[in-house]
Amino acid sequence: MYSEKVMDHFMNPRNVGEIENPDGVGEEGNPTCGDVMRISIKVEGDRIVDAKFKTFGCGAAIAVSSMITEMVKGKTLDEALSISKQNIADELGGLPAQKLHCSVLGSDALRMAIEDYRSRQKK
Amino acid sequence: MSTHYFDHVATTPLREEALEAMLPYLKEDFGNPLSQYEAGARAKAAIEEAREKVASLIGVRPSGIIFTASGAESNNFAIRGAALARQDKGTHIVVSKVEHHSILNPARFLEKSGFVVSYLPVDEHGLVDPEVLRKSITDETVLVSIIHASPEVGTIEPIKELAAVAKERGVLFHTDAVASAGNIMVDVGELGVDLMSLSAHQFGGPKGAAALYVKEGMRIVPLIYGGIQESGRRAGTENVPAIVGMGRAAELAASEVADNAKRLTKMRDRLIEGILKVPNVHLTGHRTKRLPGHASFVVEFIEGEAMLLMLAAKGIYVASGSACSSKALKASPVLLSMGVSASLAQGSVVFTMGGESTDEDVDYAIEEFPKVITRLREISPYAGGWGGQEESG
Ligand code: FES
Repeated sequence: MYSEKVMDHFMNPRNVGEIENPDGVGEEGNPTCGDVMRISIKVEGDRIVDAKFKTFGCGAAIAVSSMITEMVKGKTLDEALSISKQNIADELGGLPAQKLHCSVLGSDALRMAIEDYRSRQKK
Repeated sequence: MSTHYFDHVATTPLREEALEAMLPYLKEDFGNPLSQYEAGARAKAAIEEAREKVASLIGVRPSGIIFTASGAESNNFAIRGAALARQDKGTHIVVSKVEHHSILNPARFLEKSGFVVSYLPVDEHGLVDPEVLRKSITDETVLVSIIHASPEVGTIEPIKELAAVAKERGVLFHTDAVASAGNIMVDVGELGVDLMSLSAHQFGGPKGAAALYVKEGMRIVPLIYGGIQESGRRAGTENVPAIVGMGRAAELAASEVADNAKRLTKMRDRLIEGILKVPNVHLTGHRTKRLPGHASFVVEFIEGEAMLLMLAAKGIYVASGSACSSKALKASPVLLSMGVSASLAQGSVVFTMGGESTDEDVDYAIEEFPKVITRLREISPYAGGWGGQEESG
């Protein structure tokens, strides 16, 4: 049912955990099935230098978390914000139609982490 | 990698003996049972022999058995066929909240055509209370349908008591015995039911063959109109090989069910004990009033589909009733109606064993399951607790 890439990121997820003293944290719940993804980021200058996740969700949700935290490392905040659910799904070699919402969870949690970082900066 | 099949509730492997019995009817004995010459007569005789075997599995006369193509068809047939045949007597039917979709959806169809349907609640073990059934029956009630054993939580309903309540009021009683027939002793006379659904692939027979038992002399409106097959109650050229396979599997099940149930109950209890050693894991369904090979749980802080995939990677095949593993992405209505919260229902995992399951399968599952849980909890944001999230479900 899942691509090899999805299975790899599900079975061997990268970046599991929580960053100590993170610069931004985003947590997003999935209204469809009630699952939750939490992403924490470390920012230097304008770039994300580290990202970690914790996810309560299906295989696709875990693979998406792993993939998105890989994708954002080294990216500027604006570049990271431009990552769409489709980009994540593509990187994973595709997701089954009814699992696309799990990748929305990923891009939303990331966006919230970046917003959290920006609002902290303003203070 | 060795494989350990714990999903007998999805389907069971075809018995070798059933396959052997089927082969001639897939090859040289391809005749249509309606044909007037030798080949037709042979096919017809094979079906009638299968009918006797299926009838004797549930303790009825062969004339009460109507062959269908699936458990879902049998359930649809029972609900629609029995209700529509009696609609001049009343338009109220009663089902439970823990029925299979193939009961609930035809019940909804009847609602749209003017019937009133009562959905009986269950207790935390998934049991229907006969007193609650008694109160739900009105002068308009024409049919009650309660599942015999739940494929999702394994609970065996008190069908004898429930059917007796319906009988007192002169109301027909159907039970969906798809998960139970062939796996525990099922005797129509003892249970006192008027209609019963059963399916071959739940007890070592092939897919594509199932049956509905209908009490002698009872009128039922067909689902499929056409020729005179099955005494005009179910038209369509019979799936002869599958029916023959069902007959052979029924024969084997009838002779083995007592021993199998005993052996599987022991294995099940050992599996339950082993799995419950993992902290924050709870059994779903009743502890003892449950199918012999059935062990179902909810695991806190993690999701069922992820569990299923990770167990499958270890060669352990299980089912889950989690929202994420369902096509509709909805929490299991069965678990919700038992009072399980939506978050907890996400951690549903169902192990079901059958005739070919071994003690080694159980050992392996008990050894590997905790590792999968630990791994997934490392990934979960709730590993330290729900933090108030659970109540929101
Ligand atoms: S997180 Fe529920 S379907 Fe993916």
